Amino acid sequence: MTVPYAKDFAQKLLFDMLRIRRMEEKCAELYGEQKIRGFLHLYIGEEACAVGALHALAAEDNIVATYREHGHALVRGVSMNAIMAEMFGKSAGCSSGRGGSMHLFDAATRFFGGNAIVGGGLPLAAGFALADKLQGKQRVTACFFGEGAMAEGAFHESMNLAALWQLPVLFCCENNLYAMGTALARSEAQTDLCAKAGSYGVPTLKADGMDIVAVHEAMKLAARHVRDGLGPFFLELQTYRFRAHSMFDPELYRDKAEVEEWKTRGPLHTFSARLKAEGKLTEEEFLALDAQANAEVQASVDFAEAAPWEPVEDLLKDVHTP
Amino acid sequence: MKMTYREAIRQAMHEALAADPRVFLMGEDVGKYGGTYACSKGFLEEFGPERIRDTPLSELGFVGAGIGAALGGLRPIVEVMTVNFSLLALDQIVNTAAALRHMSGGQFSVPLVLRMATGAGRQLAAQHSHSLENWYAHIPGIKVLAPATIADARGMLGPALADPDPVVIFEHAQLYNLECELPGDWQCDIASAALRRAGTDISLITYGGSLPKALAAADQLAAESINVEVIDLRVLRPLDTATIAASLRKTHKAVVVDEGWKSGSLAAEVMARILEDCFFDLDAPVARVCSEEVPIPYAKHMEEAALPQVPKIVAAVKQVLGK
Ligand SMILES: Cc1ncc(C[n+]2csc(CCOP(=O)(O)OP(=O)(O)O)c2C)c(N)n1
Repeated sequence: MTVPYAKDFAQKLLFDMLRIRRMEEKCAELYGEQKIRGFLHLYIGEEACAVGALHALAAEDNIVATYREHGHALVRGVSMNAIMAEMFGKSAGCSSGRGGSMHLFDAATRFFGGNAIVGGGLPLAAGFALADKLQGKQRVTACFFGEGAMAEGAFHESMNLAALWQLPVLFCCENNLYAMGTALARSEAQTDLCAKAGSYGVPTLKADGMDIVAVHEAMKLAARHVRDGLGPFFLELQTYRFRAHSMFDPELYRDKAEVEEWKTRGPLHTFSARLKAEGKLTEEEFLALDAQANAEVQASVDFAEAAPWEPVEDLLKDVHTP
Repeated sequence: MKMTYREAIRQAMHEALAADPRVFLMGEDVGKYGGTYACSKGFLEEFGPERIRDTPLSELGFVGAGIGAALGGLRPIVEVMTVNFSLLALDQIVNTAAALRHMSGGQFSVPLVLRMATGAGRQLAAQHSHSLENWYAHIPGIKVLAPATIADARGMLGPALADPDPVVIFEHAQLYNLECELPGDWQCDIASAALRRAGTDISLITYGGSLPKALAAADQLAAESINVEVIDLRVLRPLDTATIAASLRKTHKAVVVDEGWKSGSLAAEVMARILEDCFFDLDAPVARVCSEEVPIPYAKHMEEAALPQVPKIVAAVKQVLGK
């Protein structure tokens, strides 16, 4: 299938994937240097999901994500400087250095985290949608989560509430086949996630999460449904994480060959190859985009390095609203 | 033999699995992954998937299933990855496991062992750094253990499994890499507090991940000729008040160190027990060093400031001693 987008938009999608990739590669490096600590869950391999999905949403929509949310935050419009400073634990970070990698928040872009309790974001998303419905707002709440979350009670309870009350929420499952070391088939009796979600009477759709066009088209359709007041929607994006679950994972649970096989479907090189074949991208343009992404990353690291540490006297700040 | 805390936990579970076919282990990533903290590495291969059960992310479900399996004649060891996630299972633990014996008029006991990691110190921020031991210690019907030494890590599981009632074991995440000699007499009870360092001037009373900090503070104070006694509570419910009182009768002063938040902390309970039992033995008001009342922040310097630390313990001791 040819890429159904004009050159500018197609390159924008590619560029956003590159920005996430280069930012996270740098984060992994900085983790090794102990500039970034705590847990660091990389999204490398899954970039087409966030980029394709978030470009189908509007500025007034709500986003609820997980601890694997660097990409979502960045594409949503949180500045790379603010993300990088957060990873460094600086007060210039998007959560003032209090949250770190797993808790990126940004009120300005309606980015509501950054939740590190698996399944924790789903009820919250239903609640946002309830608020919008009661206030007559035509807003979509997009909730991202991994397939592992679908075993939690929170998934079932949220799906039921959303379906029962016909809430404008878009449940977007990024199925990367593993919840830490547990493969889908070893944790779900029903491995067809759409069948599972569909049992609540919610319309569902599966899309190839390695193909940014497939993701974007599916997300546009899903968002339209929700925005039109037709109730919740469940979208499954089939993807794969190329890196370990977090920086502590010895990866004993999957074959190297399986990872390599998935890498051949990597969202960046497949999409750039398609654009080149269609005359929507030259190698020079690709290199220029890549250089621009790398420059943004370097600038964000410089910014984070230079940012001051929050004074310890402020420790008790932001526990209650003044 | 030198070993890590992690290895001690692993050996204790290995022994239990090998000795009793009713014992099985279940939890998230205990099998293929080898355990989040590598405490069950190699178990799946050795004991098979029937007894080393990887569970879905369903804390309420598999903890409740552990209760059912215990009632049904097995001896489950249920691992909840960390205390933070145990909140999703709190209903089954509090409303079923802890209450069942009593509300059935003594007909049903729940011989369940629940293990979970606890505590902060790794920059994991507000949702992965809780110390909620005291929430569990509040509940009649369960026993709550906090092994803080290699010997207790090795020794507490056996008696916990032999106990006819539910036992919750808290393993502080900062202790897994602790390495030292496993003493020959690692066998232990799950009823008493332990004297970790004898002293005469003041009692430092603590548990879990704060024990190494209390001992370090005691070392530091010894250099200033302050002779500190360190009591490790070990068993957070029921509390061994007698050991605490015996120490107070000797030192007449105390500081309690607890990684829980100050309000409603286990430290508060220990202080209340001291007031109830030792009021007339006291030479000074009892003090405590707890976590600051803030969700644990990510930034390293902020996290450190939020938690009990050796200098804060040293300062509290000196303040009580008027030095
Ligand atoms: C309630 C809860 N249980 C366990 C964990 C530990 N944990 C963090 S991520 C994870 C795997 C989640 O897998 P999935 O939902 O598929 O998302 P992915 O990490 O693959 O993006 C686990 C078990 C947690 N954070 N929260």
